[in-house]
Amino acid sequence: MTRAATIAAMWIALIALPWWLPLIGGYTALGSKVLIYAIATMGLNLVLGFTGGLSFGQAAYFGLGGYGAGMTLKYLVPSTPLAILIGTLVGGLAATILGPLVMRRRGIYFAMITIAIGQLFYFVIVRWNEVTGGEDGLAGFGRQDIHLGNVVIPLTDVNFYYLVLLCFTVAVAVMWTLLQSPLGHTWVAIRENRRRLQFLGVRPERYVWASFAIAGFITAFAGTLNALLFNFTSPQDLHWILSGDFVIMIVLGGMRSFFGPLIGVIIFVVAQDYLSSLTDNWMTFIGLIFVLIVLLFPRGVFGIFDRRAKIA
Amino acid sequence: MQLLLFNAFNGLIQGVFYALMALGLALILSLNSVINMAHGGFLVIGAYLAYTLSPYLGFWGALIVGPLLAGVIGLAVERGLIRPIYKRSDPLYSLLLTFGLALIIEDLTRTIWGAQGLPLEVPDVINSPVSETYFFITGYRLFVIGITAAAAIGLYLLLRYTLLGIRIRAGTSDLETTAALGVNIYKLRALNFGFGCLFAGLAGVLAAGVLGLTPPMGNSLIMPSFVAIIIGGVGSLFGAVLGGLLIGLAAGIVTTYYPAASEAVIYLMMLIVLAVRPRGLLGEEGLFE
Repeated sequence: MTRAATIAAMWIALIALPWWLPLIGGYTALGSKVLIYAIATMGLNLVLGFTGGLSFGQAAYFGLGGYGAGMTLKYLVPSTPLAILIGTLVGGLAATILGPLVMRRRGIYFAMITIAIGQLFYFVIVRWNEVTGGEDGLAGFGRQDIHLGNVVIPLTDVNFYYLVLLCFTVAVAVMWTLLQSPLGHTWVAIRENRRRLQFLGVRPERYVWASFAIAGFITAFAGTLNALLFNFTSPQDLHWILSGDFVIMIVLGGMRSFFGPLIGVIIFVVAQDYLSSLTDNWMTFIGLIFVLIVLLFPRGVFGIFDRRAKIA
Repeated sequence: MQLLLFNAFNGLIQGVFYALMALGLALILSLNSVINMAHGGFLVIGAYLAYTLSPYLGFWGALIVGPLLAGVIGLAVERGLIRPIYKRSDPLYSLLLTFGLALIIEDLTRTIWGAQGLPLEVPDVINSPVSETYFFITGYRLFVIGITAAAAIGLYLLLRYTLLGIRIRAGTSDLETTAALGVNIYKLRALNFGFGCLFAGLAGVLAAGVLGLTPPMGNSLIMPSFVAIIIGGVGSLFGAVLGGLLIGLAAGIVTTYYPAASEAVIYLMMLIVLAVRPRGLLGEEGLFE
């Protein structure tokens, strides 16, 4: 199958998902969750896989997007599109503002600083009780029907899934375009040989910043949808455990491949859903998945088939 | 004033735990090039093993054996899981591996010892308040400070004056050359990892005496320890200790005036340090320099 045919088949399967997923024991909201996590991880992979920056605190921007959307609906205006817009801006701008503090760092230090910055937002959300609901999370908001002129689209589970699919498609198109542009090529060049790029007169810091900021916007965008999916958001959406989950999903799928994270998300989310219904010790099994992937499948599912993908 | 002193002292004790954790983390970070996300796990292992052993060995025996066992388990983990991935230059993999370990350790701890908090009995000899006015300065807390100081000084002497310490410092600054000079760097890194875990275990036992034991206790101490390292300066063990004490103290003081910000303040301090002095307070090449 050619690449175009594979991608077409994928979208047909996604469009038809509300029909076939219940037949194999799934539910539509699970499909929405997979696509939302796919947006988040593909966004993160711009930094992680394509620019080579070990961002390990990405859940912070996911959660900020969720809180931005939830608080917009709860306190400002009952409008779903505005909630998505404001949430995306909140998370994305946070990443943009903090970008300069991480853009010079590399490797381990990039990871440590992004983790620690993520914790800052976590504690702000947890302790700012009156507004955010603290440990209990933010509830008491609901996604609103969408008004297009005179047409009103009620956001049922299935309709919301299609909204998520639309957002996924837009996000994929944006990311694909970016990666084909000179900006995207510069990112890959930074990953491959940062020093040589400097010799060519390019300042890698600015591009790492751009990568971090754009990833922040996309992750926050996913976060807003996540809050709307459950009509709820909690501090767990900013926690570093979720950041780690995002990274392992990417590695599981294959961090050198554009659609790799989607595959990783499908496997991880389904496994988590299944394991948590099966055993109380599901955390141990998730941990084992981490260990086994690192030891046995460091190149991810795509890497098994793609010999060109190499371990950096 | 009394309240400020009370909170500041509490903060200092927290800072001591951060400093002990950060010391072990920094050791492993510099020689093994691993961000040990499971460091909190080793803390929990040390603490719970001490709890289980204390009826047999007494508090003093458990205080020694708990951390040692954490160190031994650290050696085994290094040998079985970390060593195979040293050759991958991307630090991503060790990060994910230890992250998985952290999840496993927390979950198994909960399964074995239960989710409720457990108390670690501390002997009365060292547990009574030193004065009535300053009731919060118990002998145990001074003891914690003393043990930590002793451990840090012991580590300093080890790194400064013993052959092993000199090799560890050499490996930190240039691993390849050290190997070329005939040092078995695999053994060196294994021992170093074990030492780091031993410090985590020690922090665990000491913390258990103050805070009690819960399965997530390690994971709540590990993040501030990262911050301690970043503030103190990556590469400097003394910086890690200083960073730990500073953020503990700052969190304690802020608790007096604005309790809601007591956690956030340490991350804000980190941002300020990163913006003003990106390499950290004492961030220079080499250990203890």
